[in-house]
Amino acid sequence: MPMSVPELEQLIKGFLPDAEVTIEDLAGDGDHYRARIVSAAFKGKTRLQQHQLVYKALGERMGGQLHALALTTAAPG
Amino acid sequence: MTGPITAKIEQQLNADDVVLYMKGTPVFPMCGFSAAVVQVLAQVGVKYQSYNILDDLDLRQGLKDYSNWPTFPQLYVKGELVGGCDIVREMHETGELATFLTEQGVTAAPAA
Repeated sequence: MPMSVPELEQLIKGFLPDAEVTIEDLAGDGDHYRARIVSAAFKGKTRLQQHQLVYKALGERMGGQLHALALTTAAPG
Repeated sequence: MTGPITAKIEQQLNADDVVLYMKGTPVFPMCGFSAAVVQVLAQVGVKYQSYNILDDLDLRQGLKDYSNWPTFPQLYVKGELVGGCDIVREMHETGELATFLTEQGVTAAPAA
């Protein structure tokens, strides 16, 4: 079953507690999201590493329960 | 973790400077994100080798394990994962992608 916005937000915040998370449901089907995430944990990391952190938060769900997640990540400030 | 699929991936990554693992082919992409990366690469004008991971389930799973990246497309330059659609698009918009490719010594495709 696709993921809800609160569930997705909770997963990300569970892993990155200081994160500012903005989520957009791209297709209205709970399966294609865009997330903008700002977290101090991203400081000094490449985009690749930042995105890998987010995928880690989602674990097995990425590619399974969640089909597509477009990411924009940034460190604060 | 080595195995036949890892060996195959490393062989593919060594064979070409720029490698794109995508859904479908550059002429017939089977997913919007893959299509977007194909478009960016065409705009930058770089030569690359593409592999259709829909044709090869072992490759598809092997790559997810190899790169620790759960989705496709995946763009590799000189054996290193650059990222998926989001990263490639963002780098292209900021001009970072062209700079990066030049720095890596990946020459643009010759004019047709």
